[in-house]
Order: sequence, then C-alpha cells, then structure tokens
Amino acid sequence: MSEKFEHDAGSYVGVDRVPGQPGAEEGTLRREVRGYLLGLALAVALTAASFWAVGTHEIYRPGAAVALLVLAVAQIGIHLIFFLHITTAPDNANNILALAFGVLIVCLVVFGSLWVMIHLNHNMVPMDQLMQMQR
Amino acid sequence: MSAHALVLEHDRTHARGEVSPHASSGHGTGGPAPRRIVVGYGFWIFLLSDVIMFSSFFAAYAVLFKNTAGGPSAHELFDLRNTAAETGCLLASSFACGMASLAVGQRSQKWTQLALLITGLLGLAFIVLEVREFAGFVAQGAGPSRSAFLSSFFTLVGCHGAHVSAGLLWLGTMMAQFFAKGFRQDIRYRFLCFSLFWHALDIIWVAIFSLVYLVGTLPPELLP
Repeated sequence: MSEKFEHDAGSYVGVDRVPGQPGAEEGTLRREVRGYLLGLALAVALTAASFWAVGTHEIYRPGAAVALLVLAVAQIGIHLIFFLHITTAPDNANNILALAFGVLIVCLVVFGSLWVMIHLNHNMVPMDQLMQMQR
Repeated sequence: MSAHALVLEHDRTHARGEVSPHASSGHGTGGPAPRRIVVGYGFWIFLLSDVIMFSSFFAAYAVLFKNTAGGPSAHELFDLRNTAAETGCLLASSFACGMASLAVGQRSQKWTQLALLITGLLGLAFIVLEVREFAGFVAQGAGPSRSAFLSSFFTLVGCHGAHVSAGLLWLGTMMAQFFAKGFRQDIRYRFLCFSLFWHALDIIWVAIFSLVYLVGTLPPELLP
C-alpha cells in the first residue's frame, strides 16, 4: 500500500482525496455539505412526522404504533446513508454484510424475547390464584 | 508505457470508481484495502455489537412495559416537549459532527474546532435535559426501583445517556489533539471512529424516542 493512495479519513463522502491537496476537486466540498443538509432535512421531516403521528386522527388510530415503527426505520435508514455513509460501493460490501448480520441478531433478540415472554405471560397462573395456592 | 496509455489506464480505473490500479477492488483483488476502510470496518463491528447490547435492553423494556406494579405508566409519565427538545439537540449535534468531518477534510483548524464545539455543546444540552427529566421522575417517586417498567426504562435510556457522556469526553480529547498535534493521519482515523460513534448514538436515540417515548404516550388501549 503506497502512501500516495492512502485515503483521507476526515472526509469520506464522494471522491477520495490525495492527502495534502484538500478540496483538490472544485465543488467537492459544496456537494458534501449539500449531502449533509439533505440528510438533515429528511431526518427533521421524518422526526416531525413521528411526533405528528402520535396525536393525529388522520392515521387509523390502532395503526399509530406501526406508523411510528415504520418512521423510525426510515429515519435510521436516512442516518445510515447520509451521516454514516453506508453505500453500495464495493469498498462498503463488508460494512453492509456486517450490518445485515447485526439487524438479524437485533430482530432475533427483540422479537424472539417478545414472542416467548408473551406466551409465558399468557400461560401463567394469575398472581392472586398463585398466592392462594402457596398458602 | 506511453503517456497516452497512462491516461487511458487512469480513465479506465476512474470509470470503475477506483483510486488507482493498485487500490483494492473490494472483491478480494487488488491488494489490501486502504487503512481508512479497515479502521472504519473494525469500528463498525464494535458499533454493531453495541447495537446488539442495546437491542437486549429494548427487548427487556418491551417485555416489562406493562409491569408498572401500581406505579405510574409511560402514558402518565412522559413529557413529549422534553423528548422533542432532546431529539432536536442530538440531531443538530450529529449534523455539526458531520460538518466537523468536512472541516477536517479541508484541514481547517478554525472550522474543525468550531464545529466540534457546537457538537459538544448540543450533546451537553441533551445530557442536561435528560438528567433533569430523570431527576423529575425520581422526585415524583418514579425512580428505577419503583417498578419493573421503570427499572427497564432507566437501564435503557440511562445506558444511552452514559454513551453520550463518554462520547463527550472523547470529543474533548479529539479537540485537544487536533489543536495540539494538527491533522496527523492517526488522529484523523481516531476522529473517523468518533464520528461513526456519534452518528450511531443518534441512531439509537431515534429508536428510543420513537419506540419508548412516542409509542409509550399513545393511549393504552391503542397498544397491543
């Protein structure tokens, strides 16, 4: 690995730069700032939508919790793309695979726990009966 | 190789989105990946393990959500104005951190320090709001020992707050290192890790404010 092609750690959107030539390509910085601003605008809009979804009657009320879940997933996607710069570029393939594995484990832990515990709760003897049996 | 052939070679590698013919392709060819990719990948693995730890706290909270033991429920306790303020602070802080990484790319000490200062102040504002909220809960007798619901709530949200506090200390050391040692490569890699950490904390907060605070304040009859 020659030092010449070492990428720049500070700025990791768009074109990689050769060290010592900050902003070598004209307009790079502007494009990067625009990327962050777009991400911020989308995140703010989705956050506002989440807070709106709590109180509104425009959404079918029993579906409000699902709407909040979907909006949260959308916001996480925006953060991953615009702030963490997870892309489909070849040098990001490992990051995507690790992320997919992480999402799998998170889903197993959360939904697995809920599934098991709801069934346990359902099958449990109510607390007052349990107390009488122990007497 | 003639100059013309060199130009052609450059165009071809450029068209493939590569930096040079010697750079790694990401498909197992072209030699080792640049250090920026390797450092980011290693830290990304750590962040994902952190996310998995948070997922078990989320699972515990979801399971214990209704076990209020006669104490206050989420619906009675949470104040969404406070949550909105915390969310705004952390989102703006994340954006300022992104601006700081662009300033580092430009090697501008002034803008780097300014953006990091804003990042830190917004993070500090978030912590202050959270501590005030927690103190208010404890003052109303809704501390972590009140019920299983409140134990899991304080564990989950408190763990995120502890991460943000640790991040603030890290942020302070990054500002000092940029100031004292300049934009040295190893320090820029540390900063790359810090910015990933800070953005990931914002992602955890998105899950917390949506699924803990907003879903928690829905009327109880709307929840499964």
